[in-house]
Amino acid sequence: MDGNVIRIANVTRRFGSTTALEDVTLDVPRGSVFGLVGENGAGKTTLIKHILGLLRAREGSVRVFGLDPVRDPVGVLGKIGYLSEDRDLPDWMRVGELMRYTQAFYPKWDEKYAADLVRAFDLKLNQKVGSLSRGQRAQAGLLIALAHRPEMLLLDEPSSGLDAVVRRDILAAIIRTVADEGRTVLFSSHLLEEVERVADRVAMIHHGRLVLVGTMDDVKAGHRRMTLHFDEPPSRKPELPGALAIEGEGREWTCLVDGAADSVRVAAEKLGARIAEEATPSLEEIFVARVKGSLRPVLIAEEE
Amino acid sequence: MQIHISTHDGVPIYLQILNQIKYLVASGRLAPGEQLPPVRRLAEQLVVNPNTVARAYRELETTGLIVTRRGAGVYVAEGGSPLNRQEQRRILAERIDQLLAEAGQMDIQTEELIRLLRQRSERMKD
Repeated sequence: MDGNVIRIANVTRRFGSTTALEDVTLDVPRGSVFGLVGENGAGKTTLIKHILGLLRAREGSVRVFGLDPVRDPVGVLGKIGYLSEDRDLPDWMRVGELMRYTQAFYPKWDEKYAADLVRAFDLKLNQKVGSLSRGQRAQAGLLIALAHRPEMLLLDEPSSGLDAVVRRDILAAIIRTVADEGRTVLFSSHLLEEVERVADRVAMIHHGRLVLVGTMDDVKAGHRRMTLHFDEPPSRKPELPGALAIEGEGREWTCLVDGAADSVRVAAEKLGARIAEEATPSLEEIFVARVKGSLRPVLIAEEE
Repeated sequence: MQIHISTHDGVPIYLQILNQIKYLVASGRLAPGEQLPPVRRLAEQLVVNPNTVARAYRELETTGLIVTRRGAGVYVAEGGSPLNRQEQRRILAERIDQLLAEAGQMDIQTEELIRLLRQRSERMKD
């Protein structure tokens, strides 16, 4: 195994006539916080299920810790702490029972750490899992994912449907995990703001295809938001090279460009415009421009 | 140390941390010799990736504004680095630019603005 804990090569997956993943190639380096972003139904969960060995790669290959997760589930799952999107925990157990039950699967379960998390999350050991609030359920799920100190934490939409306080707990857990030398976090999210804060690598997935993969620094540095000012309003929408999106009216038009800011400057000059403003866009702006060709920060639909 | 991170306007997070620490030092809210929180603690406090905080600290160290003492933590450099004065001017220049731009939009000439500045300054001394 090299420096990558996950290696996904050319994975394509179809469900009937729907293509859930299309030729996806992705490496997750050890020690990174990797954010997988995309709308609901973009293929994030399908990709995560391949990593966990819950789905077999029919085309392409998946290696996790150098192993095939379908052939060697024990070797792979023993090193992963996983929180599923629907947090499918046994409702009939009490929190304490859930912990003892999970502990039995993991020789490296850290009882002191588990007790610390119970306290930090303010969970009651004798409470039935089925009666937990949505936030408490997420915290209980996170607790059993973390307490065996996994080499990799894998979280599918950990923040979805949670209030800001519980979201903060979850993000703090991600940060603490990765601050422990050599541990890796992969999480999917449609909340671009939290991905920008926490992830140091990002992959954008849309209709099953990766539209952008890179370090957060490169992704941010590789895009510019520029506002063009025309002395006379152009008769129609200006066309610019490398622009992922362009919107505006009258004398001011704003575009989001991929890398080639210089060519936009030249083109703007030719059109008789000057650059009135230029800045680094937010990850959300980059995402919206890439997948929607728009500058409007439309909220990516929350499920439910 | 109060740092505020925003992900709305697109400024890279390491740069926000870097600029705010520079500002805190330049304005005297962080004193020479004062200890900064460790990378990990600041990362948890701000809910940002630890590498991002480490990068901001690294760049601040390169400019001589902070020093890392092995095993003892991160401190604001003693004696104020030469950058300090320069940084104060840079911060003021930014504010002045904003003021000039706003005055321009209101059709207030620079001479008039200077007169207003003197007036305010006198009033603050009282």
